[in-house]
Amino acid sequence: MIEILGLEKRFGAVRALAGVDLRIATGRVTAVLGPNGSGKTTLIKGILGLARPDAGRVVVDGVEVDGVGAYRRRIGYMPQSPPFPENLTPAEVLQMLRDVRGSVEQPDEELLVTFGLEREMGKPFRTLSGGTRQKVNAALAFLFDPAVLILDEPTAGLDPVSSSALKDRIRRERERGKTVVLTSHIMPEVEELADEVVFLLEGSVRFAGAALALKAEMGESSLERAIARMMSRKVAA
Amino acid sequence: MKTTLKIARYQARDVVRGRWLVLYALFFAGVGELLIRFGGGPVKALLGLVSLVLVVVPLVAIMFGGIYVYGGREFNQLLLAQPIDRRQLFAGLYGGLALPLAAAFVLGVGTPLAARVVGEPAQLVALGTLLLAGVFLTLVFVALALLVAFGVQDKTKGLGVAVALWLALTVVYDGAVLLVVTRFAHYPLEHPMIGLMLLNPVDLARVLLLLQFDVSALMGYTGAVFQRFFGSTLGTAVGVAGLTAWIVGPLVLAARRFRRMDF
Repeated sequence: MIEILGLEKRFGAVRALAGVDLRIATGRVTAVLGPNGSGKTTLIKGILGLARPDAGRVVVDGVEVDGVGAYRRRIGYMPQSPPFPENLTPAEVLQMLRDVRGSVEQPDEELLVTFGLEREMGKPFRTLSGGTRQKVNAALAFLFDPAVLILDEPTAGLDPVSSSALKDRIRRERERGKTVVLTSHIMPEVEELADEVVFLLEGSVRFAGAALALKAEMGESSLERAIARMMSRKVAA
Repeated sequence: MKTTLKIARYQARDVVRGRWLVLYALFFAGVGELLIRFGGGPVKALLGLVSLVLVVVPLVAIMFGGIYVYGGREFNQLLLAQPIDRRQLFAGLYGGLALPLAAAFVLGVGTPLAARVVGEPAQLVALGTLLLAGVFLTLVFVALALLVAFGVQDKTKGLGVAVALWLALTVVYDGAVLLVVTRFAHYPLEHPMIGLMLLNPVDLARVLLLLQFDVSALMGYTGAVFQRFFGSTLGTAVGVAGLTAWIVGPLVLAARRFRRMDF
């Protein structure tokens, strides 16, 4: 369970989060939706302690988010853009994460195998394509059997085969009782994966609940249309 | 501490594999070799390298450091999403950046000169001092690079600030001091001069060097004053203490900023 209580964050004049209250349930896939600049990534960074809130707090499984970050041992994070040191190899970055976590268990390298990355593991990142980096980025989030997975636009830049494999993996993690939080702009994908939907607009939560409930409330059969209808209502209101 | 060392190790590995570091070492080795062969032997080569080190080491440390830190900002997000403390990451970043740069400098300057001065105690001391001063300047200017890169969000603006800072400390400062001196030539300026010198890390490094090289006249006005005032032992101690303060001060400020910033 991730509890977000009155979370506020400003960047200069921009109010990225304007008092967000949210409960993200364990064992569910929650999709955070909203137009560009609505505060999705800031919300995720608030959960991870990467962005320091101006007000409010975040509690992950009963542990308050702070600077020390022992609670992050339970979290697997996939950032939006593949951000790796150019001269290191995927194998070295994997080892680096193991080292800084002090992890002695064998990491879960299943996704690396599924993505066919074994032959790329020894090549420096500067020689790898954007898609390959993104596959490494995705695989790293699953390495340490985290209880909470936070995935920022996980399938962006992946080919259809890898994208499907990743989605299968996400579904399996949910079946194993993991908490998954993801952002996406691809509505069919959200519809496929998400149990819960959180819709952000200008830093505020406009809807939080089951994806089915949102569709029913808006009287639409697809999530994409339901979101579009909600946005146009907000504009009209 | 252990986590810091682990981070620094991978960071250093990434830095060492980049070709810029190799070019940097080769640059000093090449210039040193040329000065020895065509400039009149190791003593003159050392003197020639002094002025070069005082300008080039700060420039490379602050620019290379700045570019590297800006480039690594997003990777820091991934690291900070791991169960590590921001202080550990900060220390790891600094160590992993400053130590390879310092090592490349020592190897580059030391390789052509070490074998040639090994029989001459005075020259050996001079080479040692040059290496020490260069290492200090590297540590100071990488600390300043972190301060700028974490203090200024925008990369282009930040690198501009870095260049301006380098120019101010290496060129403008001594010029300004000289201007003050000529303007107020009728006043007893020695003590204020000493104070002014302690405020600039490049001047402090210059002082360390000139106390060994005995070429105060070649080292700018501030250097000449300093030698007359302190003499060798006390001067060296003051120089080392001042440079240490110039490492610690910017690092403390940069670390405080790093702990509070958003990624």
